Amino acid sequence: MSAPTVTLDCRGQACPRPVIELGRHLGDIEIGEVIAVAADDVAAHHDVPAWARMRGQEFVGEVEAEDGVPVYRIRRLS
Amino acid sequence: MTEPFTYLDAASAEPLHPAAREVLLAAADQGYADPRRLHRPARNAGLLLSNAREVVAEALGVRRDEVLFTSSGTTAVHAGLLGLGSHGIGHSAVEHQAVVDAARWSRRSPVTELAVDDEARVEVSAVQDAVRAGDVDAIAVQQANHEVGTLQPLDEVASAAGPVPLFVDACASMGRLPLPLAGDAVAGSARKWGGPGGVGVLVVRRAARWRWPFPGDEWSRTDQGFSNIPGALAAAAALQAVVAEREEVNARQHELISLVRERVRTEIPDVDVAGPADGRLPHLVTFSALYVDGEALVTALDRIGVGVASGSACTSDTREPSRVLAAMGALTHGNVRLSLTRDTTREDVERMLDALPGIVKDLRAEAGL
Repeated sequence: MSAPTVTLDCRGQACPRPVIELGRHLGDIEIGEVIAVAADDVAAHHDVPAWARMRGQEFVGEVEAEDGVPVYRIRRLS
Repeated sequence: MTEPFTYLDAASAEPLHPAAREVLLAAADQGYADPRRLHRPARNAGLLLSNAREVVAEALGVRRDEVLFTSSGTTAVHAGLLGLGSHGIGHSAVEHQAVVDAARWSRRSPVTELAVDDEARVEVSAVQDAVRAGDVDAIAVQQANHEVGTLQPLDEVASAAGPVPLFVDACASMGRLPLPLAGDAVAGSARKWGGPGGVGVLVVRRAARWRWPFPGDEWSRTDQGFSNIPGALAAAAALQAVVAEREEVNARQHELISLVRERVRTEIPDVDVAGPADGRLPHLVTFSALYVDGEALVTALDRIGVGVASGSACTSDTREPSRVLAAMGALTHGNVRLSLTRDTTREDVERMLDALPGIVKDLRAEAGL
């Protein structure tokens, strides 16, 4: 899995904040690069892949940060 | 003078049907006694209750002795499911919380969640797999989904289940749709068809291997506890009326919901309309707007006099997103479930649709998008 260019820290933020941050910062990376978001909100587990599908981006997967918080990765396609 | 309010939450509770109102008042005066006693007021109460059972049986096309009244739809679901089998339970991933709770409470094992597709339709192969594994002796699949409206392929589910008994939660659909042929036990909730709250209906097929799973006589197929006789009679009157009107009402509602699906999709950017366009309940639709807080959306609609439900985490007691939306891969935040009452008009729906794009835009602007 490619290393993310940008990682957003959304620990402690409730839905839909982590997805809003993704929307705001997707433009910070180039097409083909990966953006990651660390989010402990349970809804993010469903909503980050749904966001990628709706916005035509590629959901790469989910890994765990050292503190156990899920980190979701998305590749910018457009 | 109160402002007019457009109530679009019939899937939580339909307003009392006019056919139920008079019956409820009359039966409250007449149906107070304990029908098990041997005096005249008891006989009157017994007559009313048996009348209610007769009307419900006829409306659903079942035998009178297959109809039980319970103290709520939830109780009908609990008893209907847990009365079947004694080992593992398989249920679709989009069942109502009452089914999930019943399975967990029973401590029966294993509890297998049956996968659904992206329109919330249960995978028949998942039913086959669960049956083939041999450790499931009750299967629960609803007739129609309460959040997104998807109709389940019950005939295929029943044939995949084979000898394993099937429980069907029909709380979202009873009265609106014909009772499914499949199902050893089928549950309904009166307040969802315009009857009073606190009345459930449990249909137990005569051939079903079912017993009452709670304290009481497990082999009895009569109502447990003291029946809500006025409630049952009013529920029966509403059910009879809803069945008689459903062809006309369903066609009108189906068209209005199609209008909502179409306009929401074309007039609001980044919105996820969940569930199938056809093969659904006629009166409800669920959609989610990206970057929008569900609670804020419901509150903004309430402010303009429109009442809707939401499956977003921030609107739930548990702060968990809707299991239904999650299981189908739909967006869970910014969610609205809108469900029409029998007399919702096109004007009501259009008023909401005209306001919605501006509300969503403002909420997104507040979020910095």
